[in-house]
Amino acid sequence: MAKFRKKGQRTVSALSTASLPDIVFMLLFFFMSVTSMKETDYKVKIKLPTATEVKKLEKKSLISYIYVGAPLASFQSKYGTEPRVQLNDKISDLSDIADYIEGERQSHDEYEVPFMTYSLKVDSDAKMGIVTDIKQELRKVQALKLNYSTLKLERK
Amino acid sequence: MKKVSDINASSQADIAFLLLIFFLVTTSMSVDQGLFRQLPPPNENNKDEKVDQINERNILVVLINRDNQLAVEGEITDINELTDRTIKFLTNPTNSESLSEQVPASKKYQEAMDKGKTEEAAVFKTLEEQCGNPGITRGVVSLQNDRGTRYDVYIQVQNSIVAAFNICRDNFSKENWGKPFEELDADKQKLVKAVFPLSISEAEPREVK
Repeated sequence: MAKFRKKGQRTVSALSTASLPDIVFMLLFFFMSVTSMKETDYKVKIKLPTATEVKKLEKKSLISYIYVGAPLASFQSKYGTEPRVQLNDKISDLSDIADYIEGERQSHDEYEVPFMTYSLKVDSDAKMGIVTDIKQELRKVQALKLNYSTLKLERK
Repeated sequence: MKKVSDINASSQADIAFLLLIFFLVTTSMSVDQGLFRQLPPPNENNKDEKVDQINERNILVVLINRDNQLAVEGEITDINELTDRTIKFLTNPTNSESLSEQVPASKKYQEAMDKGKTEEAAVFKTLEEQCGNPGITRGVVSLQNDRGTRYDVYIQVQNSIVAAFNICRDNFSKENWGKPFEELDADKQKLVKAVFPLSISEAEPREVK
């Protein structure tokens, strides 16, 4: 005796999406751990030079950045087209560097100060004149650990 | 008893997606990297004294002018040759009078002891015992640039000089331990660094013709 079922009653049950949040959370945590927040918005144009002998910057919290480059088009009416220094979010003068470094030091614990590194992000097209001036300013305030930020290139 | 129905969790995915997209937008994947350099302290009297002590043959003078031309020891050189020139200067394979002086580790040990730097002396002692008293260079690379030099040329020159030091260190560690410098443990790296100390001296800013 065969059993018969009425046609049309058989339906595919909906695909369970209960695990979808888990998958998405996994992705989320992955991205949270491998990425870092953008430090600041650039107000100057920076195309980094390339180098082969680069080392990675460890301890992000101990690094302060100094940006140098020609101001972006929207700031050129105010700051001109010559390369300028950007500290935090502002295009600044060379004389502001000492204050900036003092401020950076204040925001860290005292024992961390000797390990603080200053990373120079300078546009390839900038002239050494401004970079030399910055270096002199840094020396004046005993900020001697320096990093020239570059992109990595493989050694031939 | 009243039965509590399950909380609908279907919107959880949406919330998580929102967070995910937020992090994707605000973050950058690129790792910061670059060339590390230690600036000299601002004391100028000290610096002049140091320069006087260094023999002429132990200084490799590298000049970059405002037209981004490179001169090594007075002659115009292509930037691609700089690494080889520096390696030759540092290792001095032919024992030439014009390239850097090679001092045996045992003598360096004595010098450090005379100055009372026991920590430094200990490193040279270990070198003498473990690596067969290698010659240690007294070479210093002196780099001078003009205010009009382009930044990327300056970085390339810096990079070429650092490359020379790294290649020298690599060769030394491969000869002694059969491993590149990066794979050595910290103590051995210290030894290699003592043989090839990264000594790049940058002049006080002035015009370079």
